[in-house]
Amino acid sequence: MSKGIAITGMGIISAIGNNVAENYSALIEGRKGISRISKIDTVHRDAIMVGEIESSNEALIQQLDLPATNNYCRTALLGAIAAKQAIADAQISDINQYRTGLVSSTSVGGMDMTETYYYDYLENTNTQKYIEGHHAGDSTQKIAQQLGIHQSLVTTISTACSSAANAIMLGARLIKSGKLDRVVVGGTDCLSKFTINGFKTLMILSDTYSTPFDENRKGLNLGEAAAFLVLESDAVVKAENKKVLAYVKGYGNANDAYHQTASSENGDGATLAMEKALKVAGLKPSDIDYINAHGTATGNNDLSEGRAIINVFGDAIPDFSSTKAYTGHTLAAAGAIEAVYSVLALQHNVIFPNLNFKTQMKEFAITPQTTLKEKELQTVLSNSLGFGGNCSTVLFSKNA
Amino acid sequence: MSELREELKEKIIEQLNLEDVAVADIADDDSLFGDGLGLDSIDALELIVMLDKDYGIKLSDPKEGRKIFESIGVMADYIAEHRTK
Amino acid sequence: MSTKLHIERYCHIKNSTVSLNGAPLFEIASEDFLTFIKAAYKELDTKYSKFFKMDNLSKLAFLAADVLLKEDTSLSEGEKNIAIVLSNRASSLDTDRKHQASISDPKNYYPSPAVFVYTLPNICIGEISIKHKLFSENSFFIFETFSADLLKVYTESLLKTNKAEKVLCGWVDFDADSYEAFLYLVSSEGTIEHNNNEITRLYRL
Repeated sequence: MSKGIAITGMGIISAIGNNVAENYSALIEGRKGISRISKIDTVHRDAIMVGEIESSNEALIQQLDLPATNNYCRTALLGAIAAKQAIADAQISDINQYRTGLVSSTSVGGMDMTETYYYDYLENTNTQKYIEGHHAGDSTQKIAQQLGIHQSLVTTISTACSSAANAIMLGARLIKSGKLDRVVVGGTDCLSKFTINGFKTLMILSDTYSTPFDENRKGLNLGEAAAFLVLESDAVVKAENKKVLAYVKGYGNANDAYHQTASSENGDGATLAMEKALKVAGLKPSDIDYINAHGTATGNNDLSEGRAIINVFGDAIPDFSSTKAYTGHTLAAAGAIEAVYSVLALQHNVIFPNLNFKTQMKEFAITPQTTLKEKELQTVLSNSLGFGGNCSTVLFSKNA
Repeated sequence: MSELREELKEKIIEQLNLEDVAVADIADDDSLFGDGLGLDSIDALELIVMLDKDYGIKLSDPKEGRKIFESIGVMADYIAEHRTK
Repeated sequence: MSTKLHIERYCHIKNSTVSLNGAPLFEIASEDFLTFIKAAYKELDTKYSKFFKMDNLSKLAFLAADVLLKEDTSLSEGEKNIAIVLSNRASSLDTDRKHQASISDPKNYYPSPAVFVYTLPNICIGEISIKHKLFSENSFFIFETFSADLLKVYTESLLKTNKAEKVLCGWVDFDADSYEAFLYLVSSEGTIEHNNNEITRLYRL
């Protein structure tokens, strides 16, 4: 059995809370963060619901104490806040005491500012600073600066909605192979017209609250969020006498090799990802106590993922739920958001409900957990399935 | 009506980048998806955009599209009946 | 795995030329990417009509991968355990601009689903996986410039832990009028050593 990698800190900002504690209260109280969009002026305002973070950019800038000349896009602002929380939670005072890397993921990057100032750029020199902040890597560089990581591996993963799960996987491997002692891993994505319009053309946005794994599901709610976890080597944990929140026990990634965006009918990629993760962890399907499903509430995902779960677990399906009805689908951040939720589930021995579920799906007999359930948990499996067929599974355990 | 059918064939080839297909290759009753022309779900969405843009027909449920896009013939009939431009 | 890793084959697509292991396979005088890539597709006998639906980045990555993978007879269909690790600088910017243009004009507001699906860099990996039936691990990184080291570290980790038998990796970048693909296949076969110097040397060829 391979040894897990210690998680010693985490930070999060999402539609249901500005930190880990607020997110946890919302989860156990069944309080979702889905509403009509208020911060983006879109023609789809009345046709969609989103998971929007309450704080304005100004408030976030103030929180980070940035100068007025800053060129942070919202993705970078959210990411910096969540990453700093994670570092504080891990009680790290000198980031460069150990070889520390940052693997961040995003799909939207600085698109929000480009949308706002696109026509302005030619005439208004004050807004041109945001051009630099457009590309996906810029938010990562800014987060690294905020954390004080100057001389180590800082990189961006962009594999759609599985990005953050892949960041966790890469971080764990970098520590396992001895390349780094500590890696801050996670993801950040803000809402933008770019994604709203894109998902709208794919006709997979719900006009009401999303209903994962429900027969009558109408599509997803987009959300914005950022979450980061601090992974540390056993040597650091020992030397610093660190409290370990949970372990990254296994991980797997596979390509669905089916379609640019749609998942295969039987969830081949997701099946392989779950099987690989179990293999890496040296665990059997029966060792999984809870599945935090990708569960976007699109017709295609929930059917394909449900079948994949059946492929792997057969008749003994563990409790499962999707938390996307709380936060919306936060794209490249989703894997990190749900990693934080998986760790919270382990810490508190509780399974979060799959909100808004009413009607059993016709195609199979598996039903998500719809109420808060207290249960002793050892290992949680979290799925993140992305466009491009990129399917990832991460396992979190109480024990190494 | 046959004009509309030819027009649709040309548009589909152009819009969906069917590089190796000519207008003459598509029969009016060939199925567009599956074994026929082999279109996929994204193509169906692209055709929904085309209905809106070129004929002023708005579909809100992608499942409706599946029936309408069964063949060029069915599609032309539907457009003739519902077009607003 | 104690076997030494090698770069089995490599492919460049740039300056209107497709080359395999440094030797040109196809060249054309045209400066225009679409003219060039379509002619290359035909000349290289690619036979995959979905190619024409792809965005520029996918066309570039797909063709380079196809040049490398169609040579591969060592693994039979269904057991090709080839992982894919690609990187670039511009992410999916070329297609992002197209999508952006379609939503920025309220009078002509018809965002295209077929464009939007390509507004992620890793879709090109999906296209390669679909064609070659690769269900293997895949990842896409964004860097300022070509980074031999990260590709090497990731690739070694995949091969040493038996996550894959071979890894297709490299750089595939498309931005406005400039394009560049350098893909290489790493395995225990071949003669070129898999190290940063060699990777960088081949990239610069």
